[in-house]
Amino acid sequence: MSARDTVLASVRRSLGVTGREAPRRSAADDRLSRHPRGIIPKRGKLPEKQRIKLFCNQVEDAHGTIEQLASPEQVPAAVAAYLRSKNLPMSVRRGSDPRLEAIPWQSEPTLEVLLGRSDGNELASVSHALGAVAESGTLVLASGPDNPTTLNFLPDHHIVVVDADDIAGDYETVWDAVRDRFAGKLPRMINWITGPSRSADIEQTHLLGAHGPRSVHVLVIGKP
Amino acid sequence: MSVQLTSPQFKGNARRALADPQLQKALGNVGQNFVEKRRQVAAKLPEFDALCDAARDLKDHTLAHLDLYLEAYERRVTEQGGKVHWAVTSAEACHVVLDICKRVGAKNVTKGKSMISEEIGLNDFLAANGISPVETDLGEYIIQLRHEPPSHIIAPAVHLNKEQIEADFRRAHQSLPPGRNLEAPTALLAEARSVLREKFLAADVGITGANFLIAETGSSVIVTNEGNGDLTQTLPKVHIVLASIEKIVPTLEDVSTLLRLLARSATGQEMTAYTSFSTGPRRSGDPDGPGEYHVVILDNGRSAMLGGQFREMLRCIRCGACMNHCPVYHAVGGHAYGWVYPGPMGAVLTPALVGIDKAGHLPNASTFCGRCEEICPVRIPLPKLMRHWREREFERHLAPAAARWGLGIWAYFVRRPRLYRLVTRIAMRTLSLLGSRRGRLKWLPLARGWTRHRDFPAPEGHTFQSRWKRRARYMP
Ligand code: SF4
Repeated sequence: MSARDTVLASVRRSLGVTGREAPRRSAADDRLSRHPRGIIPKRGKLPEKQRIKLFCNQVEDAHGTIEQLASPEQVPAAVAAYLRSKNLPMSVRRGSDPRLEAIPWQSEPTLEVLLGRSDGNELASVSHALGAVAESGTLVLASGPDNPTTLNFLPDHHIVVVDADDIAGDYETVWDAVRDRFAGKLPRMINWITGPSRSADIEQTHLLGAHGPRSVHVLVIGKP
Repeated sequence: MSVQLTSPQFKGNARRALADPQLQKALGNVGQNFVEKRRQVAAKLPEFDALCDAARDLKDHTLAHLDLYLEAYERRVTEQGGKVHWAVTSAEACHVVLDICKRVGAKNVTKGKSMISEEIGLNDFLAANGISPVETDLGEYIIQLRHEPPSHIIAPAVHLNKEQIEADFRRAHQSLPPGRNLEAPTALLAEARSVLREKFLAADVGITGANFLIAETGSSVIVTNEGNGDLTQTLPKVHIVLASIEKIVPTLEDVSTLLRLLARSATGQEMTAYTSFSTGPRRSGDPDGPGEYHVVILDNGRSAMLGGQFREMLRCIRCGACMNHCPVYHAVGGHAYGWVYPGPMGAVLTPALVGIDKAGHLPNASTFCGRCEEICPVRIPLPKLMRHWREREFERHLAPAAARWGLGIWAYFVRRPRLYRLVTRIAMRTLSLLGSRRGRLKWLPLARGWTRHRDFPAPEGHTFQSRWKRRARYMP
């Protein structure tokens, strides 16, 4: 018997089932296809204005920083100002996500904008989030040809652009958006990011910037 | 199983731990940080208790349909180009990993934190076969340098102080200038970051655990604060996930319910910095990500647990809250428990995985104060399960002779109520006379284990039953 068959047979023996019982099968299939929602905290169901406010507060609680911009045109100036405030060189790396492509980067002539995955040598990156979750201040990023995962983890500073319209109250709303967008399957990587990298492994002291970015800066577009 | 098991020596381990001033100082951090932060963050979420009930129910549902969800999960992983490997035992799981590493000619292997890896003794096994994996979670890296097992399931180096870590770094990083200042924790972190960055970029294979496996999508989920797990699973050309069968969760909604509880219970955060859902290898056109994606699903005794009294233990999501709130863990730390899982969850799980004959002390190392059950986010009745182990130990004649003998005598008397009353009356009078001067007894026959460390309050001279009788007479 293969290891697979041994494990499954042992599970079934313990449960006292054969695996062919119709009611069990339909109970499992049903849950997988209907994926019912569980309990959603009240704070995940706020109206738009309060929702965005909660998101901003939660990002800051998680040691991130946040800024609201009226339109994507303001992104290059905001990125440049952020780099200046951190004393960083005027250079970022980004993916070729269409929403980032549409930004008029040339409006900030001193800002160098590199494309593609990170090899660990750049200090700052810009990504576009697929969505965000207000209840915990979490950004949701999806990998793909235009969205390298390495940009989320290797640079020291991570700037993330998100549309105010894509800020949901709860995780479940974002999952539905992901299902719609990727036809029921997940992209290779979905990253939930809640503030910068940190560690408390030395005497339980809270320190930012463990292996990933030391800072996460969020730019919310629209509805300031 | 190459992880050294010292659970049979629990008593000696505990005695040494209590006498270790370094350890006692470090353990002081557990109570203050974890407990207080968890309390605050749970209080901020009015739905916390309802979520715990929901989590318990969804875990029970999943366990009752585990075979079907495992099959569904495997189908999804395969559809996305990943490969699922099954392992009945630790040894099988180790060999699966070794074979993959050998096939791709791996020279450098990085690891994210994985308790399953500790359970199966993967590092020692790979090292014996010429591959030296590097742990990348800061805590795991530190204990790897010290050749120690973790002392806590989410904070593996919680038993150490800054000075000890500094000494380890000086010993391990000999190529760095000896005069460098490593006093501040930030300096230690910065040094680990730069040393490990090299390892991440050079790795051929990355091995991580999984907090959850999602049947609906075929994804593995890891939850980290450092980002080390993400670099481990993103940069190398091969990603291997190690997970045990009970990590399965049906849907994305279900995993969201559990994620609302995990970080809150573990570290007192609303959400960890990184929660990452990996699904299969790099897709066509992807600029990064591993070319191969493997999942090793380990049983190692769990399928047998499903059938008996200990099924509820398989709901555990490894948050560590039970040890953070355990007075015994606070006193002796994780290493005393003698295997990879310490605290109340370890006291139930370890005997199931290594045998009650070897781990019998663990379910006895409890005051039954009940705090673990109170705070467990999936409502595992840990004290009840420890009691089951004690019963089994007794049935199998594994309990110490003195305890069996004492219980035997007691059983003889309680079955003869008149004799029982007579004997207890005499005993109470005698003890009361002996202790009448100080109200306390310094020494008690058959209870020297107690009186060696504290006095025994002297009885007042009457038994409960005689007092009850007298009280009844005055009642209308
Ligand atoms: S038994 Fe409960 S409290 Fe303990 S680690 Fe598991 S889930 Fe957490």
